[in-house]
Amino acid sequence: MIDTLNRIKEETRQNIDRAQDFETLTEIRVRILGRKGEITQVLRGLKELDPGQKVEVGRLANEVKDGLEQLIEDKQRQLKARQLELALQSERLDITLPGRPGKSGGQHPISQVNDQIRTIFTCLGFTVAEGPEVEMEYYNFEALNVPRDHPARDMQDTFYITRDMLLRTHTSPVQVRVMEKMAPQLPVKIIVPGRVYRKDDDATHSPMFHQVEGLLIDEHITFANLKAMLMLFARQIFGAEVKVRYRPSFFPFTEPSAEMDISCVNCGGEGCRVCGQTGWLEILGAGMVHPRVLEYGGYDAEKHTGFAFGMGIERIAMLKYQINDMRLLFDNDTRFLKQF
Amino acid sequence: MHASIDWLKDYIDFPWSAEELAHRLTMAGIAIEGVEQVGDDKVLGLDLTPNRGDCLGMINLAREVAALTGNELSRPPVELHENSETIDDYITVEIIAPDLCPRYTARLVKNVRLKPSPDWMQARLLSCGVRPINNVVDVTNYVMLECNQPLHAFDYDLLSPAKTILVRRAQEGEHITTLDGVDRELNDESLLITDNGRPVALAGIMGGANTEISDDTVTVLLESAYFENIGIRKTSRLVGLRSDSSIRFEKGTDVNGVVFAVNRAARLLQELADAEVVSGVADCYPQTIAEKTVLLRPARVNYLLGTELSSGQVSGYIASLRFSYVEQSGDLLVRVPSYRPDISQEVDLIEEVARLHGYENIPAQRPCGTVTQGGLTELQSFRDRLGRFMAAWFYEAVTYSFVPPRWFDLLRLEPDNPLREAVVVSNPLSEEQSTMRTLMLPGLLETVSRNLARKNNNLAFFEMGSVFYPRPPEQPEEALKVAVVVAGRTEPGWFKSAVEMDFYYLKGIAEALLESVGIEEVEWIECQDPSYHPGRSAWLRYRNTLIGVLGEIHPLVRQNFDIKPRACAMELDVGILFELSRLKVMTENISRYPAAERDIAIVVREGLPAREVEAVIRQRGGQLLRAVSVFDVYAGEQVAAGSKSLAFKMTFQSADRTLTEAEVNNLMEEIRSALAAELQATSR
Repeated sequence: MIDTLNRIKEETRQNIDRAQDFETLTEIRVRILGRKGEITQVLRGLKELDPGQKVEVGRLANEVKDGLEQLIEDKQRQLKARQLELALQSERLDITLPGRPGKSGGQHPISQVNDQIRTIFTCLGFTVAEGPEVEMEYYNFEALNVPRDHPARDMQDTFYITRDMLLRTHTSPVQVRVMEKMAPQLPVKIIVPGRVYRKDDDATHSPMFHQVEGLLIDEHITFANLKAMLMLFARQIFGAEVKVRYRPSFFPFTEPSAEMDISCVNCGGEGCRVCGQTGWLEILGAGMVHPRVLEYGGYDAEKHTGFAFGMGIERIAMLKYQINDMRLLFDNDTRFLKQF
Repeated sequence: MHASIDWLKDYIDFPWSAEELAHRLTMAGIAIEGVEQVGDDKVLGLDLTPNRGDCLGMINLAREVAALTGNELSRPPVELHENSETIDDYITVEIIAPDLCPRYTARLVKNVRLKPSPDWMQARLLSCGVRPINNVVDVTNYVMLECNQPLHAFDYDLLSPAKTILVRRAQEGEHITTLDGVDRELNDESLLITDNGRPVALAGIMGGANTEISDDTVTVLLESAYFENIGIRKTSRLVGLRSDSSIRFEKGTDVNGVVFAVNRAARLLQELADAEVVSGVADCYPQTIAEKTVLLRPARVNYLLGTELSSGQVSGYIASLRFSYVEQSGDLLVRVPSYRPDISQEVDLIEEVARLHGYENIPAQRPCGTVTQGGLTELQSFRDRLGRFMAAWFYEAVTYSFVPPRWFDLLRLEPDNPLREAVVVSNPLSEEQSTMRTLMLPGLLETVSRNLARKNNNLAFFEMGSVFYPRPPEQPEEALKVAVVVAGRTEPGWFKSAVEMDFYYLKGIAEALLESVGIEEVEWIECQDPSYHPGRSAWLRYRNTLIGVLGEIHPLVRQNFDIKPRACAMELDVGILFELSRLKVMTENISRYPAAERDIAIVVREGLPAREVEAVIRQRGGQLLRAVSVFDVYAGEQVAAGSKSLAFKMTFQSADRTLTEAEVNNLMEEIRSALAAELQATSR
């Protein structure tokens, strides 16, 4: 019997080893270990043995049985792992194919730049003010120290609705509207984004464009403050390495007035085609709020001072996103819009 | 304006190259936009700001260089050999309109030998873009460029015998033929130079043809006058003529420089045309214009600039401009020279100090005032959210706010449609940009059309912006709108799941949008908008408020805009969306008890809106019916003609117990019989 058991053990071990699927294993289990299986048959024959042999053969039979069960289990685990591996292999995807939902929308670069500028200044404590695009002549010019028939009106060719109403040529009228509402409270600390209109249409001018205006009025605001604030802005929007310079300029509603240049974003100041070999790019106009404008707004120009600045969003967007033709911004070609 | 370096050096010495001078002038506020080599000379291109018209004269430009270098200015010679005759015997000058012409001076030169001016003068004129003509005309132009004082030369013998210059307003409708041969009609705001009444020059703008210098001219009357700037500007606009002369008067000239300029011209004619100069200047100056004095407080300079300049530094900069001043308890009382009309108050002088000190030398210092909280208003944040939501589905377009009025026709708006009442630009660049939009739709339709023409297919655009409703005489109402136009399929790819961007596509996005801002219970009602497909469009209404419109574009409108594929659009009022938006709060507890799901498929007449079926189901289902949704719509062979099949999925659930099978079945039975009774629905 011991021989029989050893033979069963050896044969079955080989069969298990050769088995390739669960059916074969089940069949082996039934044939060897089942109720009518070969081992069971051997164990049934035990009672015919003498007690000494009974113990020895019984122990051996149980050992063989346990051993084979373990082998079958191991083989089953092995087969399962193999089966999973095969399944995973058969489900292999081409991971280089594009993902399902293609990009289906996006914000216009003008909006993106607008958002960035707003975020920079709201973080510096500015609130956002807005005003009408169809504006009274008074707010667009008069209250900004540009009287009727003043040569400074030539700086901004204007679309008129009536004699007293026009399409605002800049966002500056909102300065006066906000001052009127707030005076004599301090500080006035606003930025004003919006559409503006000028009677100009060529490669570098659009009859409609966007501006952001800023205004800070308080007890004692200086030109030095203006320089620091705009430097902060320039570095945030164009990067920490950007250099700035200020040149004297003229706007009827500020004095002293300045234009701010940044070191060319294309060549870093070496001189190139973008900056006309100068190394500098003009990006915004600014200055100390003109005393007459403060008075129009209801503030005491002797006590209260402030600065104002304004810039074209298109210009910033073009420099930031290397857009070489302003007309693209209003053309709305999807091949352009999808690039941002 | 151009300035020759060679010419500039007649008046001022400077140790710099042309390029370096250009840079220094630019950084001091006289912008130079380029340096050009012309022969042996270099020419600066000036880009002057409107307040610095004085630098249209070389001598005044030289004053700027003098302020930067500290060198002395040398003025050109004006000494004359006058003859023994006196001007008063030749001409009388009278000003009838002193408000428009505060001062008029004249000189007479005789026996002029007309010929081309010398090469050096011709070269200098050409460097400034002025065409040489003859020595008399060239001298007047040369002195204008030198002194910023426009001059005019009359042929004295062509003036009428009374020899009286009368400066008066034109009569309404009066005419003059100017040197360029153009007949110009004037109004009573225009100023005329007349000889005893007959117009001989349009003051400050252009001389008259009747007294023009010709080859026969031997006696010349030189005019050097001071005209009030606004009057010249108005007339120049009226007649549509801007001359080198009018540009200078518009910006303001020097009332005290007129005699110097006329003497300078006489001197040059003496040199270059062998002219004999009659003794004296006819000078009519009825009311002397007071000299301006402005108080400049060094403390105020530092207060405004944030600098720490000493009084000595401040007065040093004023002195460098050759402005005279007296000190008054630490402050400066500055006499402003009349050639600087831009300076009239303290802040103007502070700017002079700032620019000469150099903006780059002013420190940068962060403000240390009141701490403020920045940020957006609720409406502004709402708009941002809306914009970002839209940008996840559509590309943002930016179209012009002004549109061609014919677009109203293309949109099929009825003649009495209130949206045709628009704000109109009185001086548009073209008809295409003449009317402020009253709706967003056409701008986006045009955008779609343009893209299709360029073979860009599958388009989805949105735009947020204002529309304008007139309210004369008040300013128009500006309403913020968000609009979408889509055409084609969602981005197609290899996975074949691109979908048609149709009515339901757009409606789904609109529903998601409304849901995201907490607007529930929006009704979709049939709409009668002439631009939309009558059977495929809806108005969105919340109680009595119209939020906007959504639907397929009417085929005729598509045709009008040259859009071949079907297109869908929506236009919503952002202000109303904001008003209706609600903060979303948790409204129900999640039940711990199991839910039972049931499907029902019914056949109803084809025109019956699904919403009505759903309403009956909800009503009968009561509290225990947690959710209803359509999961199939079918019309075709399987159902009778004129009817359709609808399938709904229903979820029943109780908050406090497990529902029994019998309970749910009873509810279903009730729903079925109600559908049959109220909507003649049959089971399928």
